[in-house]
Amino acid sequence: MSLERQEKRHGAALVAPALLWAVAFFVLPFAAMVAMSTAKMVGREIVPGPDFGNYIRIFTEPPLTRAIFVSLEITAIVTILSVLLAWPLAWIIATRVPAKWQRLALLLAVLPFWTSYVVRSYSWALVLGEKGIVMNTLVGLHILSEPVQIMATRTATVIGFTHFFVMLLTLTIYSNLVQLSPNYARAAEDLGASRWQVIRLVILPLTLPGVVTGAFLTFVLCIGDYITPQILGGNNELTLPQLIMLQLGRRGDYPMASALSVVLMAMVTLAYAGCARWLKMDRV
Amino acid sequence: MRPRLGSPLAWIYLAAMFTFILLPVITLVVFSFQDGRLPVPPFKGATLDWYAKVLSDRAMMEALGNSLLVAALSAFVSLLLGFLAASGLARVLLPGSVLMRGLLIAPMTVSYLIIALGLLQMFNQIGLRPSLLATGIGHVVINLPLCFAIIYAAIGAHQRNALRAARDLGAAEWQVLLYVAAPMLAPSLAAAYFLAFTFSWDEFIIAFLLTRFDVTLPVEIWSMLRSGLSPETNAVGSLVFLVSVLIVVTLELSIFRKARK
Repeated sequence: MSLERQEKRHGAALVAPALLWAVAFFVLPFAAMVAMSTAKMVGREIVPGPDFGNYIRIFTEPPLTRAIFVSLEITAIVTILSVLLAWPLAWIIATRVPAKWQRLALLLAVLPFWTSYVVRSYSWALVLGEKGIVMNTLVGLHILSEPVQIMATRTATVIGFTHFFVMLLTLTIYSNLVQLSPNYARAAEDLGASRWQVIRLVILPLTLPGVVTGAFLTFVLCIGDYITPQILGGNNELTLPQLIMLQLGRRGDYPMASALSVVLMAMVTLAYAGCARWLKMDRV
Repeated sequence: MRPRLGSPLAWIYLAAMFTFILLPVITLVVFSFQDGRLPVPPFKGATLDWYAKVLSDRAMMEALGNSLLVAALSAFVSLLLGFLAASGLARVLLPGSVLMRGLLIAPMTVSYLIIALGLLQMFNQIGLRPSLLATGIGHVVINLPLCFAIIYAAIGAHQRNALRAARDLGAAEWQVLLYVAAPMLAPSLAAAYFLAFTFSWDEFIIAFLLTRFDVTLPVEIWSMLRSGLSPETNAVGSLVFLVSVLIVVTLELSIFRKARK
């Protein structure tokens, strides 16, 4: 009995440093931020609350509310587009590419995943610019008569994001696909299903966990990202993280930045609650 | 399912997606050799001038050094804390284990921007100035969950029994960890360290908000972007890409291959 107690004491001692770190540098700062979100800016002074004026402003002032919708719209478009593009890619790599080339194909398909985030956005600016390689080719082939403006629009942001998340989703869906026993497909074929029916009615539902895990990660990372919309989308249409950075930079308005962050956090939490039953975060 | 190599549609799709995925990186690298002032077509011939310029840029080299330092140290602290916590939680059922695991994993689901903003405010209040130390602390916050999850997942029944045996035979706690747990978990420890290193090396927003005079490489590259497109930025980007790819390929060839056996 005392041995067991000693075991528990040792176990607790081992966990303690990590827990302390999480409390000191994750829970406390978060609490400080929530407290800050109920303070108020008067001139250049921060007046402690509680005051819910920031939250009321977020949901009543059009420029602020607009950022929430812009973020949600972009994230929704990117998530759907990425799933639609990544699923066939993962499926082709898992079923059409010969087994000995699969690791290589997968490694190539996610290679830019490992580039620095800032560099990846920059390289899309390079490709999509007015004199970039895409416009150059399209005009050169006389598909377009003159360059079309893509940079500093929502399209550029969506392309940059989709590029990143297609790679992420290809990984999660591929790892889901290769775990499936080929017997499911064989059984369905024996029972008279067409090739299309096998994919639609058997394989697709079985890959739902991989799709949902990837889509959730896409949602979280996309809605909270500042770099891609800032470099590619510019300042014409602000997303929530851009708005948060704007509050910090230009005005030093920490209370408003904090309130916006709490709203961002709440949206992620809602998304998590929405797909919690398919997510196995422990295994990621 | 029988492999049907002949479906041209599948191969066209594969080629199109690979083009989409690799196009920006290839453009980045090709135009880093551009013999001209703009990294856009037409390609005017190859030169290594931009690389020479990057390598002789003192601010850039300092940022590179800072990034390596922050990544190496923060990944080490994340690994150490994650390893201890995983060995603790894997062996005894503590009251509140589920809650503890939840708390340790939680930062994974929070945007880096929110973590950075919280830390910035707290550090302001306790008087810790924006610095590499502050950035390193932030990087441990985001990498600790990752290290913990990887190592925790690697401790199975077999490892648990070996640890118990070592303790029953009279090994002290530190001996169990150092001589039994660490060697047994070596592949996961290495994978966790390299992933944490890569994430810290690439991380922008925390470093951007929590540094001021000594900056890390992504922040330095960011400030370069403000002057517009330049082959010099391409050269830095290509170098950063090369480092990340080398790390990933090393991992793929050594650790993950062994881990699968």
